Amino acid sequence: MTELFAALPDDDAALARLHGRLVEAAAAEGILDVAYRTVDTPVGTLLLATTDRGLVRVAYPGQGHDAALAQLAETVSPRVLHAPRRLDAVARQLDEYFGRRRRVFDVPLDLRLAKGFRREVLDHLVDIPYGATESYSDVAVAAGSPRAVRAVGTACATNPVPVVLPCHRVVRADGSAGQYAGGADAKRALLSLEAA
Amino acid sequence: MKPFEQVVAEYGPMVLRVCRAVLGPHEAEDAAAETFLSALRAYPGLGPDANVEAWLVTIAHRKAIDAVRSAARRPVAVAAVPDRPTRSGRPEDTDVDLWAAVAALPERQRTVLAYHHLAGLPYKRIAEITGGTAEAARRAAADGIRTLRSTYLREDEDDD
Repeated sequence: MTELFAALPDDDAALARLHGRLVEAAAAEGILDVAYRTVDTPVGTLLLATTDRGLVRVAYPGQGHDAALAQLAETVSPRVLHAPRRLDAVARQLDEYFGRRRRVFDVPLDLRLAKGFRREVLDHLVDIPYGATESYSDVAVAAGSPRAVRAVGTACATNPVPVVLPCHRVVRADGSAGQYAGGADAKRALLSLEAA
Repeated sequence: MKPFEQVVAEYGPMVLRVCRAVLGPHEAEDAAAETFLSALRAYPGLGPDANVEAWLVTIAHRKAIDAVRSAARRPVAVAAVPDRPTRSGRPEDTDVDLWAAVAALPERQRTVLAYHHLAGLPYKRIAEITGGTAEAARRAAADGIRTLRSTYLREDEDDD
């Protein structure tokens, strides 16, 4: 007898209201642990995710948005909801960055996904100014482990908040761009954006 | 465990329909929103093998009971005829009759029918949620479906 109900269409307007109310109530109650949205940029659609502490994840399409959300659900909290407004400030700053109207990001970061040496590398990345580059070995020295060049590469590859923390400014000793979390093309695009 | 957003996307339509069948259109959205908020609170503690449909229906059932009780305290009874905002030209309009026919059923029949036919729960699980036996739940749902056949489907023919 289920065929009686099988043809019922989803009430999309009601579902949208339901979702909106849930996000609002969850935020008010402090149980919207991870809010996310996507934003279209010249280097692809980026996933942005934030906790109450700050921006916790930026993911390129090639890294898999679903995989990034699944990782957040496992490691931060499964209370993950699509809540674009919570990320308006980051989205706006990214828009300004790609429009060459911003050189420095001013948003709180939650770097809990990076531990130990990787975290130390990330802490150094903010010191590489817009338009400048450093080699992997420069960064290894700056992070206090001159021999850990490979580990710097890993730290950059696993940077949880690429673009905002500029691991794209870490390049090979010969000056070529090298690998990147968002793909080599995205890295070259960011470097030429900042060089212009 | 999967992001809660996926739970809302997968089960939102089901929870809304169940709430609508049990409570009618006015109370349904409130009950569905409260169901998902409660579910979000408890979600981190949900076991990996939990049956998410049954879990959500269990929560929705409690919310529906609360809503029915508070409606009973108000002077206006739950309307059998849904007066919806005008949505002329939208496909949902054709379902108004079905929802009206469901609303006209006794509460017990609406409830088990929704949990079985809209949420897909087996009668044994439904009996655990609503009380009573699986066989009684099966009979109530069958009675409800029989009534729907004679009211909704007949009205449908009248329209032709």
